[in-house]
Amino acid sequence: MNRRQAEEYFFRGLMFISSTFIIMVLCHIIYSILSAGLPHLNWDMISKVPEGGYYFGKGGGILNAIIGSLYVAVGATSLALAIGLPVALFMNIHLTKWKKIVNGIRFLMDLLCGIPSIVYGAFGFTLMIFFGLRTSLLAGIITVTVFIVPIMIRAIDEVLMTIPRGLFESALSLGSTKSEISYRVFFKQSIAGIITAILLSFGRAIGDAASVLLTTGYTDYIPTSLNQPTATLPLAIFFQLSSPILEVRQRAYASAVILIAIILFISLLARILTYSYKKNKINY
Amino acid sequence: MDQPEISIRNLNLSFEKQQILKNINVDIPRHKITVIMGPSGCGKTTLMRCMNRLTDLNTQAKVSGNIFIGDRDILNTNDDITEIRKMMGLLAQRPYPLPMNIFNNVAYGLRISGRKKKRFLEKRVEHYLRQVNLWEEVKDRLRDPAAVLSIGQQQRLCLARGLAVDPRIILADEPTSALDPISSQLIEEKFAELKSSYTIVMVTHILRQARRIADHVVFMYMGEVIEQGPANEFFENPQMEMTKSYLKGLFY
Ligand SMILES: Nc1ncnc2c1ncn2[C@@H]1O[C@H](COP(=O)(O)OP(=O)(O)OP(=O)(O)O)[C@@H](O)[C@H]1O
Ligand SMILES: [Mg+2]
Repeated sequence: MNRRQAEEYFFRGLMFISSTFIIMVLCHIIYSILSAGLPHLNWDMISKVPEGGYYFGKGGGILNAIIGSLYVAVGATSLALAIGLPVALFMNIHLTKWKKIVNGIRFLMDLLCGIPSIVYGAFGFTLMIFFGLRTSLLAGIITVTVFIVPIMIRAIDEVLMTIPRGLFESALSLGSTKSEISYRVFFKQSIAGIITAILLSFGRAIGDAASVLLTTGYTDYIPTSLNQPTATLPLAIFFQLSSPILEVRQRAYASAVILIAIILFISLLARILTYSYKKNKINY
Repeated sequence: MDQPEISIRNLNLSFEKQQILKNINVDIPRHKITVIMGPSGCGKTTLMRCMNRLTDLNTQAKVSGNIFIGDRDILNTNDDITEIRKMMGLLAQRPYPLPMNIFNNVAYGLRISGRKKKRFLEKRVEHYLRQVNLWEEVKDRLRDPAAVLSIGQQQRLCLARGLAVDPRIILADEPTSALDPISSQLIEEKFAELKSSYTIVMVTHILRQARRIADHVVFMYMGEVIEQGPANEFFENPQMEMTKSYLKGLFY
């Protein structure tokens, strides 16, 4: 066996070991959540709001947190998309001449992506106080939006960056304006990537506890307006997990199973959507 | 010679400190095929990009001089740039179909200029696809994504898409370099037909291709135009030493 072959075997082995390791860790996490949560998951949990004494092991469920989380995540993801998509398109189409500015924005966004969400929570909280808002669904949505916008922008930006210049120039020489290129060409070419970006942001939005900790408040009721406080799943898990009562802690795992199920469902949905939108994409 | 379609006067272009195009003066005759030749890196692509102002995209590029189309200096004008670009169809070295189906690729140019009636679009799309000999191959799958076509078919689709904008000029930068001999020949034949209604400017490295289809030749070297003139004079009786040795294949 010569040296190059040995090298090949070595690196292949290395990759195999690290992939197996990471997959095993993930499987173990999922397994322990499922095994701790599934037995305690019941219809009441996902169909009822907490009854009095729920947090001491009495009846009810966490429908309030499920709905609250969906409200926050859907609201924030939609807002982030409405802001992020135009910004990413603008960076890649209108600012092509100014590479330095675009790279500056990218750097800034990467920086923002790295800031822990509790900082956004605190920022949202100060904003809230400044505007005299109470803890509410609205405050939560705004905070989470601020928190996921950089993620959204960079995720879409990465996809747009892979579009070859030749396509841009071809579209220009057909007499397109830059906005026509944005929504008729670049958008279509990157739909699959945009869906992935939405999914990524949604996952971050629905799973983050720190950004909603200070801003949404917590309640046992399902909010009926943007000004009302709301419960969220990550906080529901957090509160239940810190209970001294075993049964409540078990419900925390059941809540985690619900959260995972929501993310799984959204991922599958996104895959299906991506598949049907990808057909016009050109692989250059 | 009649009034040329494009007259380039004292065109200079530099990227940062490096001067790429040096005092270019070229006349491109109307309704003829003008071939630009020269060794790699001599500035052929850059010259073409000046003509449809794609050089605008590059902030480091400093351009001076004039490019006249008719009496209009398209290099120094505040007119709508999309309208200037529409006068020139671009065929790139490799095809870049738009991320949509075959029909919409051709209809794109019509749609953005406000022609949206379905009947009209169908008629025009068929017309342009026939014009590039693609209709028979795709008529049953117009709604399929353009990506399913072969590279040769994609290049013809791109030509059709460019023609649909109704340009006066076709700019082609090594349009056959990524194609097989048959597809290349199809493009060449199309150009020979199209020149009765369009002015065609084409870059090529293939000497034999140039001999086959050129009416007019511009020979460049290191950012300068060394020689230009009608094809038969250029090939049969070149004036400059450099042209002679290039034609003998002494350098590329
Ligand atoms: N964006 C750019 N920035 C800096 N220099 C450039 C840029 N584009 C082209 N150049 C330089 O300009 C010169 C001419 O390039 P151009 O692409 O016009 O050559 P060409 O004649 O088309 O060559 P080829 O036959 O290989 O395509 C080259 O020296 C190239 O390095
Ligand atoms: Mg070139």
